[in-house]
Amino acid sequence: MIEPGSPAPDFKLRDQDGLEISLDDLRGQTVVLVFYPLDFSPVCTDQLSIYQELAADFESRGVKLYGVSVDSAFAHKAFQEKLNLTIPLLADFEPKGEVAKAYGVYNDDYGTAQRALVMIGPDGVVQWAYCSPSPLEIPGANLIFDALEPSAA
Amino acid sequence: MRGDSGPLVIEYGDYECPYCARTDRLLAELPIVRVFRHFPVPSKHPRARPLALAAEAAGRQGRFWEMHDSLFGDQGHLDDPHLWERVRGLGLDLERFEADRRSPELDERVTRDFHSGVRAGVMSTPTLFVDGEACPGVPKPELLERLGRG
Repeated sequence: MIEPGSPAPDFKLRDQDGLEISLDDLRGQTVVLVFYPLDFSPVCTDQLSIYQELAADFESRGVKLYGVSVDSAFAHKAFQEKLNLTIPLLADFEPKGEVAKAYGVYNDDYGTAQRALVMIGPDGVVQWAYCSPSPLEIPGANLIFDALEPSAA
Repeated sequence: MRGDSGPLVIEYGDYECPYCARTDRLLAELPIVRVFRHFPVPSKHPRARPLALAAEAAGRQGRFWEMHDSLFGDQGHLDDPHLWERVRGLGLDLERFEADRRSPELDERVTRDFHSGVRAGVMSTPTLFVDGEACPGVPKPELLERLGRG
């Protein structure tokens, strides 16, 4: 998995509306890439729903979240509508998982990204990264807050 | 807080979550002290927040746990008219209930519960905290047995 301090690998992915977003477009703000296995995962409370609840808190700290999975833009659109998400979802679809692989968070056994968080600073350098020990373990939103306040952790 | 003695169990849950209802029934049989904190996730459960506020509003009239039991006891009837029926059934003042459940104080309280859960690492409901240890999901038999010993 990618190490803090290294430059974040560039990417160009389509979001749920088919618009291309590249890392270059996101320069100048702190970005958290939320890698997750698949849209429509069957847990009672979804990771992205909780992050969604906190979107305003993240925004007030100048942080923008982007979900990334190997699903297509159309699946992302349906998932976003189902969960009432405003967090953009990026389709790491073709070549499948290329961005997850570039960030070292691709799971070959499952054929999906692992559950991982990568915080990228306004300068395009990785500030912090976390990968769940298993796909069943959802990284707590508290980890993102802690990463934003290293002194308070 | 509910229960006189035994280990302290803090539950983060939501009244629209079926796993929370199951957990609640399991905990009800144990000799423990219970604290319930709201963890509503509206995008998944659109009624979760209004229901948390309803329980808190009943609490303003001293009947939090009665409303709590009523909501978990029947998750098929959670719309506003059903809430009014429950309020009447508990003998509460409906007008006061309606005002309280829309009050900013209670809204802040529910938000505070949610954020305290987030900061403690809660990412799914139910999540129990036993001796400071997070136990996500419906409690396993081992945990129930441990708690049952008191």
